[in-house]
Amino acid sequence: MTTAHPPLPADAYGPDALIMKGVDGLNWRLKDYEARGGYRALRKVIAEKMTPDALIAEVKKSALRGRGGAGFPTGLKWSFMPREFPGQKYIVCNSDEGEPGTFKDRDILRYNPHSVIEGMVLAGYATGTTVGYNYIHGEIWDVYQRFEEAIEEARAAGYLGSNILGSGVAFELHAHHGWGAYICGEETALLESLEGKKGLPRFKPPFPASYGLYGKPTTINNTETFAAVPWIVANGAERYLELGRPNNGGTKIFSVSGHVERPGNYEVRLGTPFAKLLAMAGGVRAGRTLKAVIPGGSSMPVLPGEAMMRTDMDYDSIAKAGSMLGSGAVIVMDDSTCMVKALERLSYFYFEESCGQCTPCREGTGWLYRMVHRIETGHGRPEDLDVLVNVADNILGRTICALGDAAALPVKSFIAHFREEFAYHIEHKRCLVSIPGGYATVPGVPLGEAA
Amino acid sequence: MLKIEIDGRQTEVPPGATVMDAATRVGVFIPYFCYHKKLSIAANCRMCLVQVEKAPKPLPACATPVTDGMKVWTQSELARQAQRGVMEFLLINHPLDCPICDQGGECRLQDLSVGYGGSASRYREPKRVVSEKEIGPLVSAQEMTRCIHCTRCIRFGQEIGGVMELGMIGRGEHAEIVAFVGRTVDSELSGNMIDICPVGALTSKPFRYTARTWELARRKSVSPHCGLGANLIVQAIHNRVMRVVPRENEALNECWLSDKDRFSYEGLNSEERVRRPMLKQGGEWREVDWQVALEHTAHALRETRAKHGAGAIGALGSPHATLEELHLLQKLARGLGSESVDFRLRRCDFSADGKRAGVPWLGMPVAEIGALDRVLVVGSFLRKDHALIAQRLRQAAKRGQQINLLHVAGDDPLVRLANRLTVAPSALPVALARIARAVIEAKGGALPPALAQLEAAPAVTETARAIAASLASGARVGIFLGNAAEQHPRAAELHAIAQELAGALDARFGFLGEAANSVGGYLAGCVPGPGGMNAGAMLADPRKAYVLLNVEPALDCHNAAQALAAMHAADMVIALSAFGGGALDYADVILPIGPFTETSGTFVNTEGRAQSFNGVVPPLGDARPAWKVLRVLGNMLGVEGFDFDTSEAVRDAACRASDVAGRLDNRVSGIALERRAPAPALERVAEVPIYSADPLVRRASSLQQTHDAAPPSAFMNAATIARLGLAAGAPVRVRQESGTAVLELARDDGLADGCVRIAAAHPATAALGAMFGEIRVEPA
Repeated sequence: MTTAHPPLPADAYGPDALIMKGVDGLNWRLKDYEARGGYRALRKVIAEKMTPDALIAEVKKSALRGRGGAGFPTGLKWSFMPREFPGQKYIVCNSDEGEPGTFKDRDILRYNPHSVIEGMVLAGYATGTTVGYNYIHGEIWDVYQRFEEAIEEARAAGYLGSNILGSGVAFELHAHHGWGAYICGEETALLESLEGKKGLPRFKPPFPASYGLYGKPTTINNTETFAAVPWIVANGAERYLELGRPNNGGTKIFSVSGHVERPGNYEVRLGTPFAKLLAMAGGVRAGRTLKAVIPGGSSMPVLPGEAMMRTDMDYDSIAKAGSMLGSGAVIVMDDSTCMVKALERLSYFYFEESCGQCTPCREGTGWLYRMVHRIETGHGRPEDLDVLVNVADNILGRTICALGDAAALPVKSFIAHFREEFAYHIEHKRCLVSIPGGYATVPGVPLGEAA
Repeated sequence: MLKIEIDGRQTEVPPGATVMDAATRVGVFIPYFCYHKKLSIAANCRMCLVQVEKAPKPLPACATPVTDGMKVWTQSELARQAQRGVMEFLLINHPLDCPICDQGGECRLQDLSVGYGGSASRYREPKRVVSEKEIGPLVSAQEMTRCIHCTRCIRFGQEIGGVMELGMIGRGEHAEIVAFVGRTVDSELSGNMIDICPVGALTSKPFRYTARTWELARRKSVSPHCGLGANLIVQAIHNRVMRVVPRENEALNECWLSDKDRFSYEGLNSEERVRRPMLKQGGEWREVDWQVALEHTAHALRETRAKHGAGAIGALGSPHATLEELHLLQKLARGLGSESVDFRLRRCDFSADGKRAGVPWLGMPVAEIGALDRVLVVGSFLRKDHALIAQRLRQAAKRGQQINLLHVAGDDPLVRLANRLTVAPSALPVALARIARAVIEAKGGALPPALAQLEAAPAVTETARAIAASLASGARVGIFLGNAAEQHPRAAELHAIAQELAGALDARFGFLGEAANSVGGYLAGCVPGPGGMNAGAMLADPRKAYVLLNVEPALDCHNAAQALAAMHAADMVIALSAFGGGALDYADVILPIGPFTETSGTFVNTEGRAQSFNGVVPPLGDARPAWKVLRVLGNMLGVEGFDFDTSEAVRDAACRASDVAGRLDNRVSGIALERRAPAPALERVAEVPIYSADPLVRRASSLQQTHDAAPPSAFMNAATIARLGLAAGAPVRVRQESGTAVLELARDDGLADGCVRIAAAHPATAALGAMFGEIRVEPA
């Protein structure tokens, strides 16, 4: 038995939703998915005897980019899989969603699991792969259980197995749950974990397409990426591309959290202005002003509110504004937020979640956290800010995986945009933010003494 | 080949080479901690970050494959900044107390911090503390706070040692290196982790805090233990050996040492060392000067010869003695008129004597073992008897070498085996013959009559056929006989069958070699001549006088009880020995000699490599190099040709290094293969425990605390235990010939039915008889 969830309001994900269109919180089963047009893409590929190359070309044309954070073009990634490899190849779905602020894959798996299954079968067909794994974050157990049920349904209906819909196409899918380590969301650490080892990232090259799971060619995509594929195949790459912008095809689910009236997931066309997304989430909570936004999950640089209000939500626009779209986790902070305290929280997360394998991250994340913690608790020193930025620079780009960058970028961007708050903490041993009731130390109380 | 330019220097490297490889080739130094040429690439320390053209970020030289036309800068601002940044990270949580660290002076972190570290720390936060670990008698993990998480020790265990003795638990700053709960780190190669640990986290427990490395003299030497002849650096201070570390020799030990080679030096400083010549008079030991001792010895030998004839004198030398010592021992015996001289103490089948074409040896260079594609090892406790040859096979197996093992015990060699066949010792010749028969039949050759008559219908078993198929499918095959095959009661037949098999396969064929001088003893002529008795015969039929060179008969001979009885029965036992030990019971004269560190000498290893070495410290007390003692004794006895001034002169008289190769030949002819009586109901399987093999290692106190030095038990498989109505864990009385011992019964399902495995070379089993043969077991 899986946990029951309350129904969702109508159009909970917004009017432009594709993946989450028609999802009401209860209709996750196979028959519901089929009723929404599910598995139409798979049937079409089989009926039309679409070639794997044509399928990859279609995905390329859609400009679908990886929804896990890096934004790598999906079709291109699929084309890296060796065609004539003599052994087993693997498709892996990365559902190890653990970044603070990100909660979209959980909703997809909970409310529309078959979209992921169908996307993975299509990816398997496109790359000539017959085995897939979905690695699901360990802290959402009910989602894992539901996905297992969905796999059973798909298998029973002939959408999975050695002879899918009688076509001779084979694809077997297995669910696997992790234990909640953030690092296992890094694709090569995920592969290690899937192999039963400790989740430590591998250095690249070689890339998973040549040396992946069990050393075999492997394609790893994010849950949302797979979930987008059936719509593209069923409705055509051009239509998908048109929904977004050139090089930024389709829709994207943004997890909007923080100081907004209606936090939640919103699926909008890429290129939607941030202001519109913010409005969908009910705007900044009553009586407050927008101060800052982390537009792509906690590992991405923070941007001041005014900069965000001028920005559209797509990969290229956000990059131009100085941050990254990442996983689409939009963390909204209002003017009651102390940026030192916010950074302290983020730095603690990366300190806690560093795998410890390589030196700059293992040693540097602790150093960063301890310095920010000192500043936040009233023990900052004048030289701390320069040291912080320098330590972050010494981590950035020097580590095996991107966790080091994820720890360094917030530090650099918080200090770049809000240096005066940090300096005030250090000089006055007090918080600059004077609005009570927000995410800040109680105004007027010396730092470190607040209860 | 790929072109690459590093710091302006051009070179070419083969595809697959890394930037680090290329830098090594052009002589550019790139700092590193986790990289090790013999281990897999981890790229976790990040110290080797360099700037690569067109790469936006600095890249680790150890893990970055060279691409054609690549340009690399190791000293650019980007590279230096990255290296300095990593060094700072490594030091923030590392104790900055080098003066009190045991690694100080030979620490990679200390050395590289001079070039890449700051002069002061910017780190003002609390430092990490990691609790100390107790991981056994050899490796100290008392200072794990010093660990920089390079994982060399972990990779060493996984890849070289074959057993993952250390692993990393925890995450981030809390990651730490630990052993499995309750386990110690003392596999036969674990000491290498001390060498490869780049900091003071894993240090040598016996050596720790006894000297500073820069105070130690470093002298070259050669291991006196197994047949490999590992090259050593022996480090000493104030005429005392403090430590042994590897001297790299890619052809032999590579950069490794077995724990036996590394830690046996503790025996050099044993309390049991004899410092003055001693005579037993009226049942009392008396220290005397050399003149008195030698005159007494010469007189006793002359008297024995006069009374009982020269044949009443037997000379036994250790295969761990030097070429020079063994040469002079046999020369002395022969000078006295006795041909009864031998060094093959743990052998019992001497029927190949006089039928060998030359000196038995490995049959090929050690370094080429890895290039074989098929291997059959017969009768070897491979991992413990030949730790570093096993290591070579371990690596070769990963590259696709198929290794087959025919043995009398099922111990895991930690080598991936293609096939293994475990039989009772009495069944070993037939099992080998079956493999030979399967190979010959598969190749369509005619079965040699000798093989055909070994067993009326030697049915080829499934496993024998699989081994034969594996061997027959190879292009470069090696057949190796291990120590158990040499100590086997039908060793000559095993030799002859293996020769047939090798012939059918056109394979390399040889002996792994029991001891440091197993080849050298033959070259020294330390084997009986016409009319003389071999080691087995001299002990079975006790002599009136024995001259022992570095031998403890009850622990070093094939039949312990018989050897000890022979000593007690003799009128005169002259022990040239570094240690008192059992000699205090049965000897009449103890002439204190220096172990390998206190004499010059030569070991000829199993591949026929003569390695001469000098003494590294002066002899302890009044001890003297044995070659000098034998030389003076020869002079006193008026034996011809004893006027040597140097050990080199003795060596050249024994065998010039250039002559060795011409004397090596494994061929044997005229060995009768016989059908034998059925196997006894119970038969003994005896291994020589790794830390019991020779007098020196038996006194190495730290090695004696390892699991491998546990007191012997009597092992049987479950079926045999049940058949005898016994229970594992209970004491049993084992009887062999006239001796008995009470041992704990333990279960070892790797053994064949009807086998009782009881270690030799141990005081607890010294009352028992032959290493192989009938044995009885009853409840104690």
